Amino acid sequence: MDTTRSLFLPPQGSTVASDVDALFGFIFWISLFFFVGVTALTVYFCIKYKRKDGKSETTPYIESMALEITWIVIPTILLMVIFVWGFQDFVRLHIVPANSMEIKVTGQKWFWSYNYEEGATGVGELVVPVGKPVKLLMSSKDVIHSFFVPAFRIKMDVLPNRYTITWFEATMTGEFEIYCTEFCGKGHSEMWGTVKVLPQDEFDKWLEAGSGPGEGESMKDYGARMFVKNACNTCHSLDGSKNVGPTFQGLFGRREVMSDGTAITVDENYIRESVLNPMAKQVAGFDPVMPTYQGILKDVDIDGLIAYIKSLEN
Amino acid sequence: MEHTIPEKHYLNEATGWKSWLMTLDHKRIGILYMIMVMFSFFLGGVFALLIRWELLSPDKILMGPEMYNQAFSLHGIIMIFLFIIPSIPAILGNFVMPLMIGAKDVAFPRLNLASWYIYVIGFCFAVYALFTGGIDTGWTFYTPYSSESTTAVIPILTAAFVLGFSSIFTGLNFIVTIHRLRAPGMTWFQLPLFVWAIYATALIQVLATPVLGITLALLMLERVVGIGIFDPAMGGDPVLFQHFFWFYSHPAVYIMILPGMGIISELIATFSHRRIFGYKFIAFSSLGIAFTGFLVWGHHMFVSGQSDLAAVIFSFLTFFVGIPSGIKILNWIATMYKGSISLDTPMLWALSFLILFSIGGFTGIVLGTLSIDVHLHDTYFVVSHFHYVMVGGTVMAIFGGLHYWWPKIWGRMYNETLARIAVVMIFVGFNITFFVQFIMGTQGMPRRYATYLPQFQGMHGFSSIGALIMGVGFLLIAIYLIYAIFKGKPAGPNPWRALTMEWETPSPPTAGNFEGQPILEHGPYDYDKVIPENALKPYKTI
Amino acid sequence: MSQITEHPAHLQHHFTDVHQQAESAKLGMWIFLLTEVLLFGGLFCFYAIYRSWNPDMFHNAHAFLNVWMGATNTVVLIVSSLTMALAIRSMQLGKRKLTMWFLAGTVLLACVFMVIKYFEYSHKIHLGQLPGKWYFFEGIAGTNPHIFFSAYFLMTGLHGFHVLGGIGVITWLFIKTARGSFSPEYYTPIEMTGLYWHLVDLIWIFLFPLFYLIG
Repeated sequence: MDTTRSLFLPPQGSTVASDVDALFGFIFWISLFFFVGVTALTVYFCIKYKRKDGKSETTPYIESMALEITWIVIPTILLMVIFVWGFQDFVRLHIVPANSMEIKVTGQKWFWSYNYEEGATGVGELVVPVGKPVKLLMSSKDVIHSFFVPAFRIKMDVLPNRYTITWFEATMTGEFEIYCTEFCGKGHSEMWGTVKVLPQDEFDKWLEAGSGPGEGESMKDYGARMFVKNACNTCHSLDGSKNVGPTFQGLFGRREVMSDGTAITVDENYIRESVLNPMAKQVAGFDPVMPTYQGILKDVDIDGLIAYIKSLEN
Repeated sequence: MEHTIPEKHYLNEATGWKSWLMTLDHKRIGILYMIMVMFSFFLGGVFALLIRWELLSPDKILMGPEMYNQAFSLHGIIMIFLFIIPSIPAILGNFVMPLMIGAKDVAFPRLNLASWYIYVIGFCFAVYALFTGGIDTGWTFYTPYSSESTTAVIPILTAAFVLGFSSIFTGLNFIVTIHRLRAPGMTWFQLPLFVWAIYATALIQVLATPVLGITLALLMLERVVGIGIFDPAMGGDPVLFQHFFWFYSHPAVYIMILPGMGIISELIATFSHRRIFGYKFIAFSSLGIAFTGFLVWGHHMFVSGQSDLAAVIFSFLTFFVGIPSGIKILNWIATMYKGSISLDTPMLWALSFLILFSIGGFTGIVLGTLSIDVHLHDTYFVVSHFHYVMVGGTVMAIFGGLHYWWPKIWGRMYNETLARIAVVMIFVGFNITFFVQFIMGTQGMPRRYATYLPQFQGMHGFSSIGALIMGVGFLLIAIYLIYAIFKGKPAGPNPWRALTMEWETPSPPTAGNFEGQPILEHGPYDYDKVIPENALKPYKTI
Repeated sequence: MSQITEHPAHLQHHFTDVHQQAESAKLGMWIFLLTEVLLFGGLFCFYAIYRSWNPDMFHNAHAFLNVWMGATNTVVLIVSSLTMALAIRSMQLGKRKLTMWFLAGTVLLACVFMVIKYFEYSHKIHLGQLPGKWYFFEGIAGTNPHIFFSAYFLMTGLHGFHVLGGIGVITWLFIKTARGSFSPEYYTPIEMTGLYWHLVDLIWIFLFPLFYLIG
């Protein structure tokens, strides 16, 4: 079974993964057995009963009710076994343990953001402790998204009009990919994130540390980190090319024409306003799709971003 | 024995473009459909190749994400609504089914022609959408994305809506034809299995399509006048749209595969020259699939936010769809036992179907299993699964059927060697394209991605090579089949020495199909009693 | 199936006899009606789901429909079904003039239905009891009362289109009857239209209590 696992399935990063994989393996080997049987018989018959010399002879017809019943009953039993097995695992995937820590997940075009009960927030990177059940309470701000972590074998649609729930308990530390698996438009295929699983003590430290540049990190470098972490890079290029939003190259101090025809010079206050209230003043020629980062970014994060944008000259 | 083309037949009895565009002859309408549907297949294929080209690299090659989203949406919409749903019923069902039951025409010839015109109108709407903003919602039109998208959603919904009516009228026509116009003495259990399959398909067309119609109409109203029933901001529910959509679109999957299964039954029996094993089981399994197909739509929605209880019930019922398909496969193999098997081109398509559809079926079990589907839903595993069923199943059957009935339709034979090369190319190319997608899927590669993480590049590249091989294969088929229409060797009335009624008329048939009313003399698969001898020449084997 | 030597004008070439042709038409019509039921079925599902989610709002909103107009329309449609049935009966007996009278009566009643519907609609449009984002009436308690009117306009609207279609077809039948196209041997179009008209009537009989008489 290990051979199928390494070929087909990603690493098992959660408590449910091995169960899901075991059932996958079971179906895989049964299917392989029957598939080889079906193919072998087909090929054998084609060789053995090949029409010779262009003549075909009439042969008496055989009918067998016993055979028909056999190949109805045996697959039915096997399928019921698979159903019950899958059903049990599905129940486990859906019953959230009582001692879970809860994280609020928000999907929107085109990034994930997280709110912890302790007040911490995050974008893109979901930081969780190892060995502790985590409940994700999820909703969307626009269209339907779907939260998928292959290594944990979990997936749940994220809807605009209600909360959906999924949970996992990571069994190993490391970083694992998060994908959006419900088509949501232009940035769908880049709505990536990572789950960063930390040992409990490091996680606690992370939770307390909050935000701000690390030791010895300049505001500009911190801003560069925020630029990627908060998925600004999904819509804003650094090389002058036009994307969903205006490029950041040479943005600071540039004169931009707004959609209402007025022109302004990009300064610290305009950047700050655009992050927190993006619909207030928009550069002409772009769709009004920028989401607000109110409640997600702290002042220090915006300071870092401004420092970073200032550094991006032509 | 050399054959000649009969002097008068349905192709030359009337001439001029009007005799085609105003025809009421089911055979000519079948050919009109063939032209439109095969052109759609070509269009959809071009989009498929564009997709595979773009996916050679995670970076942009030809198309940015917006263009890519259009390409996969158009590939899906064209292949499903314009190609695969009408393909077998409208082309081969129209041409062959009345001949098989000894009828002069379908019950309502004018309605039949109207269906074709409705199809053409739907086609025009789709093309109009293509040139006025395209479509980027995927073929599933999920709200609220589809209510917000700035592409030409309304024309494409209109196209699907209109095409639905074409499908309903075809289905209605066929049900009545099969009920009322069978040759004297032909009981239900003497019907060829292709007719049974067409009948089961027609039932689904008639029962499921109106619901799609109303769903698409609601979605259009949502966009145009903002009735808000799928809009969460107005108290509506986007998951409700998914229920409505899949209530049609899951049974629609059986509209696509059932007629294919019918063709395979004909091919296996004819080329094994053997009475079909378990006739009633195959016939009733078609009806069984049609019935259970209506009860399993929720298995597309295991992670959509529908209730867990609903998910469990849908999963349970889903496994029962697997059983009738399994019955068919095993009965076909049992038919070959002690047969007299000839590996002509149509039979090679049938064998490809057996192998590829089995893989499609087994992976369907994987996806029907609740816990595993949570992992695999909306990944490349699903993409690969439905291509194994739809291409590995239905498309193999369509081409098997076209090769089988080509001499009947045009009276001429195609080049057997080229045909065999083509079938091998398609089989190999198909497996290269799609098998690797199972592995990508289990590893977590989501579908509808314009770009991807670098670890998948090798597999995507491999897959694209297969697509190219398939593309060349289909091109080859188009070339030799069209060549055969004009320059092929005359085939004679019954080149395969088959026993179903369509082989008792000349090839091509006369305008009225039969001289007088044909009477049933033997069952469709009485190979244990008779083997017709009016063949092209002593039977060829490889 | 017996060999028929005579070939009536209305027998199409691909049928063996008139009996087979009539039976085919009847079966085709029933299947068509089935698709109509499913078409409305989608909307009935939509109604049931939203009513179960907002029972109070539906109850409050229905009070703004005029039961008397609805009831009058129900009677009008039932009577029109009767006149349609009588038209078929008269043609079976070969009474062409009488058939024309009954067909004309059916069309007239259908028009009465549409006129009453027009007054109902215009009153609601005037008040702003409209579907979706067009809704601006105030005074119905409960969340999202516009959903009730979405359902109301969608379902009665689709039904109204079917009545209009019926008016068109029955008028065509009237002309054909006047020209003498039908006889006691061949009156399939009238019979088929009758089936259709009964279904239109039947759907209204479901719509009336579901919208006007919510208990």
